[in-house]
Amino acid sequence: MTPRTHRVVSRRRETADTWTLALESLPGQRLPLFAPGQFGMLYAFGVGEVPISVSGASTALDPLRCTVRAVGSVSSALCATAPGDLVGLRGPYGSTWPLAEAVAGDVVIVAGGLGLAPLRPAIHHLLAHRNEYERVIVCYGGRSAAEMLFVPELEEWRGRFDLDVDVIVDVAGSDWHGKVGVVTKLVELAAFDPDNTIAMMCGPEVMLRFAALTLLTRGVAKERLYTSMERNMHCAIAQCGHCQFGPMFICREGPVQRYDVVEPWLKVQEL
Amino acid sequence: MASIEETLAATRMFRNLTPEQLSGVAALGEEAEFADRAKLIVEGEAADSFFLIREGFVALQTEAPSGAITIETLHNGDPVGWSWLFEPYLAHFDARSRGVTHAVRFDGAALRGRCTHEPGLGYELMRSFASVIVERLDATRLQLLDVYGATVR
Amino acid sequence: MTDVAPSTPRTGDTVIVERGALDALLGSIARQGYRVLGPTVHEGAIVYREVRSAADLPIGWGDEQDGGTYRLRRREDEAVFGYAVGPQSWKQFLHPPRLRLWRARRGPNGDGLEIVEEPTDVPRYAFFGVRSCELHAIAIQDRVFLPGAHPDLSYAARREDALLVAVNCGEPSGTCFCVSMGTGPKASAGYDLALTEVLDGGSHRFVVEVGSDRGALVLDGVPHRAGDVADARDAEQVTAYAVTRMGREMPDVDLRALLYANYEHPRWDEVAERCLTCGNCTMVCPTCFCTSAEDTADLAGEEAEHSRRWESCFSVQFSHVTGGEARVSPRARYRQWMTHKLATWFDQFGTSGCVGCGRCITWCPVGIDITEEVSAILFNPTDSTPPAEAT
Repeated sequence: MTPRTHRVVSRRRETADTWTLALESLPGQRLPLFAPGQFGMLYAFGVGEVPISVSGASTALDPLRCTVRAVGSVSSALCATAPGDLVGLRGPYGSTWPLAEAVAGDVVIVAGGLGLAPLRPAIHHLLAHRNEYERVIVCYGGRSAAEMLFVPELEEWRGRFDLDVDVIVDVAGSDWHGKVGVVTKLVELAAFDPDNTIAMMCGPEVMLRFAALTLLTRGVAKERLYTSMERNMHCAIAQCGHCQFGPMFICREGPVQRYDVVEPWLKVQEL
Repeated sequence: MASIEETLAATRMFRNLTPEQLSGVAALGEEAEFADRAKLIVEGEAADSFFLIREGFVALQTEAPSGAITIETLHNGDPVGWSWLFEPYLAHFDARSRGVTHAVRFDGAALRGRCTHEPGLGYELMRSFASVIVERLDATRLQLLDVYGATVR
Repeated sequence: MTDVAPSTPRTGDTVIVERGALDALLGSIARQGYRVLGPTVHEGAIVYREVRSAADLPIGWGDEQDGGTYRLRRREDEAVFGYAVGPQSWKQFLHPPRLRLWRARRGPNGDGLEIVEEPTDVPRYAFFGVRSCELHAIAIQDRVFLPGAHPDLSYAARREDALLVAVNCGEPSGTCFCVSMGTGPKASAGYDLALTEVLDGGSHRFVVEVGSDRGALVLDGVPHRAGDVADARDAEQVTAYAVTRMGREMPDVDLRALLYANYEHPRWDEVAERCLTCGNCTMVCPTCFCTSAEDTADLAGEEAEHSRRWESCFSVQFSHVTGGEARVSPRARYRQWMTHKLATWFDQFGTSGCVGCGRCITWCPVGIDITEEVSAILFNPTDSTPPAEAT
């Protein structure tokens, strides 16, 4: 699959090394439609491609948003783009958050660090279809306040009466007056019906294991926990082999997967 | 509002105590209210009490030249303070209320005395607090792992 | 007996082509517009290159293969196909080692960005001398590249146009184990023509099974006669002989279940002490398909290319994830290769990834034998629980 040229409309710095790019398609073309959880491949001219989290699906009013962390040459090049610059984009790829399965029940979202990016479209969907769900709870943990994503939007979400948003940091600066500790603490404090809950988690592997344990201890069934796996993609179409995780191609059988499916493989060292 | 005994019975860490033991501990408890920024526990002072937060927000802090640093925050249902159980019975950190906090204060010194005569109660309280310490240690380790950094391992 | 063409052959027919008519056969294929690739002797090995006449083929050559050993030897007869498979497979033509996927162009001021997909016109190949294990390997790669929402168009184009002339093995090598993998030695499907070479006394002929209309078309104009009972028996004997001459054997067990239950078996540590992680096995394996993306740009910064090239899971950077590599130790990398080939491949594509061609054994510098590694795990059970049943 070949990328299509897209224009960077704006970019916003989220943390020291993470930016959210807003992209629009060129005249006469349409943006690909990304369902919550799906990813795209972003191409920086001459440098290469990287898989990126689509953190905001395009709508009539909003461009497509992707959140990129500058960790290598391609992502750094993408994070250095300015409004008006052109990049390549192809997609959508991968599996989606179980928003249909979660209907008529509580939804608990547990995000850590950058993990909030692929969950953000899911939150948008839940809010856009609020009546279809019962309680919607967002538990977000980060290293520190300076390393959290989408802070203005988080603050806006906290103001809503139909959404429970709570954040916690590992390390508090002197100007942080919120909760301090691990994100699992927020899950312990959250009020939801474990018998009728779907949990969607995204974050570092260690965090996922602890979050899953907390949810399981609360009584949420293993089959109702979902996570987004991260591996390096080259082709994104299950033909290059890089993203394999046991028998799964994360670009196709993921990135969103049921936790009970990935958990035994997470235990294998150096899989 | 539930009685102190009812509250203890509903608290997970005390689920192994017998009704008599719960009663005995409850008898040493009293309601307490803390204003915004008031300290429940002061670092370095004698640790003769522990608390159960009914409703509120408590920050465990230590003083640094740059000001107070919060290492963990505690919330509804959480116990505060375990140094009353371990020599030299001195508080290791400050515990400061954010906003108004309603808690139950337990007379740790008296409870220590009871435990020397009632090893059964002592054992159960040790178990209860040990479970809390284990949870806090796990959480601390997780915080230390700095999982949100760019490293995989 | 005069060779005449009594009637146009049809799919399912068996005809006899004399050794003397081999050039006519090759000529007929070329006249149909195919570029004929077949086995040739080159630099001490039998490799697939352009074949223009029968003289280009390894007439009178045989091979000796064992773990970490490959030698050509002169035969005492003039057999055309008297050897097993060499270091290459047909995957180099269907799934090329390097392939440009798109080009990008930018204006002189760095403005504009045009991305152009690489067109997929390729020559029509005829693969002359495809062994049964290789037919299975091609079918396995078909399942990797053709199904789904994003078929590999380059592979599809090459595959669609390719003419497959199979050869039923008469001379397996010391590392062959197609019988225990159910992939040979007789070609059963997927060919346009299948040849069995029969050399007895003064007679040298090919018993040719017609597998498709395309194959039948090729025989038009090539001197041949209808096959009879004696021919069938002679061909049968060649195959029967080959069955008894397997160099290795894969244990007859549920390999997927066995390996799923043994991700922490101590044998992985043992093989890791021998494995150099050189990746030879992945290069010679006819089903290994992993690639890496590569980007280049010219000095002016106006033209860029995005290509893919063969990659081996034995290279450390293959398992790169944010923050490091997921598989650092040789143990982990060898385990990845073998469990993918023999176990997770089933979950991904519905078949084993191994066709028993033995190349990985022959071309491993230290002679690691995949069948021996399986046996070592099978006959030394440990207490362990499988990571998962795949969904």
